Amino acid sequence: MAHEEIDKVSGVATTGHEWDGIKELNNPLPRWWLWVFYACILFAVGYVFVYPAVPLASSYTKGLLGHSQRASALAETAAGQAARAEVGKGLANASLDDIKTDPKMLEFAMAQGRAAFGDNCAPCHGSGATGSKGYPNLQDDDWLWGGTLADIEHTITVGIRSTSEDTRMNDMPRFGADGLLDVKQVRNVAGYVLSLSGGSVQGADVEAGKQIFAENCTSCHGEDAKGLQELGAPNLTDKVWLYGGDEASVINTVTYAHRGVMPTWGGRLDPVTIKSLAIYVHDLGGGT
Amino acid sequence: MSLEETAYAVFLGLLFFYCVLAAGKAVDPVFAFHATLGAIASAAGVFLIVRSFIDRDGHVEPDEINGKPNYNLGPIKFASIAAMFWGLAGFSVGIWIALELAYPALNLGLPWTTFGRLRPLHTSAVIFAFGGNVLLATSFYVVQRTSRARMPGLVTPWFVILGYNMFIVIAGTGYVLGVGQSKEYAEPEWYADLWLTIVWVAYLLVFLATLWRRKEPHIYVANWFYLAFIVTIAMLHIVNNAAIPVSIFGSKSYIVWAGVQDAMVQWWYGHNAVGFFLTAGFLAIMYYFVPKRANRPVYSYRLSIIHFWALIFLYIWAGPHHLHYTALPEWASTLGMVFSVMLWMPSWGGMINGLMTLSGAWDKLRTDPVLRLLVVSVAFYGMSTFEGPLMSIKAVNSLSHYTDWTIGHVHSGALGWVGYVSFGALYCLVPWIYGKRDVYSLKLVDWHFWISTLGIVLYITSMWVSGIMQGLMWRAYTDLGFLQYSFVETVEAMHPYYAIRALGGILFLTGAVIMAVNLYLTIRHGEAEKPAADVALAPAE
Repeated sequence: MAHEEIDKVSGVATTGHEWDGIKELNNPLPRWWLWVFYACILFAVGYVFVYPAVPLASSYTKGLLGHSQRASALAETAAGQAARAEVGKGLANASLDDIKTDPKMLEFAMAQGRAAFGDNCAPCHGSGATGSKGYPNLQDDDWLWGGTLADIEHTITVGIRSTSEDTRMNDMPRFGADGLLDVKQVRNVAGYVLSLSGGSVQGADVEAGKQIFAENCTSCHGEDAKGLQELGAPNLTDKVWLYGGDEASVINTVTYAHRGVMPTWGGRLDPVTIKSLAIYVHDLGGGT
Repeated sequence: MSLEETAYAVFLGLLFFYCVLAAGKAVDPVFAFHATLGAIASAAGVFLIVRSFIDRDGHVEPDEINGKPNYNLGPIKFASIAAMFWGLAGFSVGIWIALELAYPALNLGLPWTTFGRLRPLHTSAVIFAFGGNVLLATSFYVVQRTSRARMPGLVTPWFVILGYNMFIVIAGTGYVLGVGQSKEYAEPEWYADLWLTIVWVAYLLVFLATLWRRKEPHIYVANWFYLAFIVTIAMLHIVNNAAIPVSIFGSKSYIVWAGVQDAMVQWWYGHNAVGFFLTAGFLAIMYYFVPKRANRPVYSYRLSIIHFWALIFLYIWAGPHHLHYTALPEWASTLGMVFSVMLWMPSWGGMINGLMTLSGAWDKLRTDPVLRLLVVSVAFYGMSTFEGPLMSIKAVNSLSHYTDWTIGHVHSGALGWVGYVSFGALYCLVPWIYGKRDVYSLKLVDWHFWISTLGIVLYITSMWVSGIMQGLMWRAYTDLGFLQYSFVETVEAMHPYYAIRALGGILFLTGAVIMAVNLYLTIRHGEAEKPAADVALAPAE
């Protein structure tokens, strides 16, 4: 038999057992603990009756409220769409220029554009749309494929070198890598290109470079090297450089070319969202 | 050689040949590396068994000396030191990945140091390597002491401890080298899982056999919790890791579960890894070390019975609350939630029994920082087990899910409860198993306590703030019905809190370094315990 004893400090009996010097008191369950435990069980039982809870052979109990989280999610989504539909519908039928001049539609388009930009465009162009190496800055007024509302909308819709059939596309040759120009010639033409914006390349013969430029580059970049937006050929006379404007970067670009890709958003975002994006991006730094 | 020694030597010998074969025929380099490690380890195992057979020269450690149990302490010493080592490693990796979140350049652009690989390294190192070794060490100690019996086996206790740590090495190197099965807290691949299964069965057998040999009429409450932990983890581990390897000479395997069933099995496992590894196992530690250190009886035997069975029964159903508002059917989600709510009081039963055991000994908190660590751990346990059911409620979960709030919740449990109860237990255990009067410096324990407490407070408060802010930002809409913040803006807003969290982690590690020094000094220079008066133990009736 276990011999119970009274613990001197608490005055409570022990259970009479001892393990390695450890004894146990025979205290009852704390009342408040027990009642809260019962209350939790009651809550659980009640909840199970009210909400979908018990699996059956081919279905489950739907609960007294008939609640369905799928239905309520769809309803919330539908409510959100309905709230946006009134003005949104107007956007669908309005031209970009109309939207630009209608304050109510403009406000809506800017809000939608800003939200869509943050989740779809910011990963490459930056949350401030200032871009980074290889990803154009959308805040300046230097546009590769045109900065009008229509140009921007088209670029967003079809992308650049994307999977869309109508994608914007150009193909600058890899002058150095494919042996079209030798190392010296690449250096000379890079020297000429940089001289247009006041820069230079060490050891480059600018006159020879100008000649090479005329023979190889003007068909896209133009006689004056100011580029051609229909072909997406950048202006080489300003100091805006997508892949860097230092000596090494320009030589690298002439040697290897760069074929950056922007995805097509046509199938992925609805036409109204794309319109709003065009308005938003145009507002950042678009031109006429 | 005894039958046991022969069986292990033959098993490890066969394993050695398989590993050599596998290393030669391996279809991927990581498997070849792991097979090589396995070959070295099994050869070393055979060598150790044969050497110890020669050394012991026919002598077998007696179960009792002068009528007192002759406890087997060697494996416990190893596991205690391993726990401290893995703890320092796991905390350090945690700080590194916390800094990666605040300063992504620290990914270093190398595959081995990216967040995706180091995160499982951190979680496994702290849960399974640190926590696991603490559980092994304390369970082997507690079951022997409270049964007044030496645990049986010449080789098996060592096989359990060394085999478990071998599993840790295979798992950890696998993560860094990019091998894993993408199941949270169950990342190791099939061969590591198989090995752990073998080790775990040996663990269960040693534990049961020690209970079987007990000289006490009843099984102490701590052992119920240890046993629940060992048995349930075995079941969870086997079901969740059921997989078919692509090749028996390659690391890749496919889990047999698919789709939402796989998700459900995973979180049935994942939540009960928390319930049975990090709760039941560490409650067992609490039930031995708190009354022992406070030198007071456990508050209520009845409460321990009721909360034990309620906890065991309810915990196993709570997993679906990890999958609210997903492809999981709504009814399963509801059941996960209500079982979590019912779990609140059974969890708190452990807290009440821990805290109320202090009645009559509260003054000791002022003078004994080890007891303070143990008691504060119980307080953190109470806080986390209130927060858990709260977060399982669907309406709360719709805000908290996928945010840092979850991370904060996990760490109030991990740092505050599991960490502190482990620290408290090791500060008790190391002097006891090395025959020292007490830990080398209580002053250093005091420093450890305060520095790491500050760290925990910084950690969990910063994660609460950032988590709730994150949840609110994600669901914020403008008047026109558009999302107010893009995802990247929410990430930007997290930055200061990530930096504070990393600082909290650094403080926590600092405390653990102080602890490691203190334990080293205890083992090396601690004051020896005075030999106790030789009182013959009378069996309790």
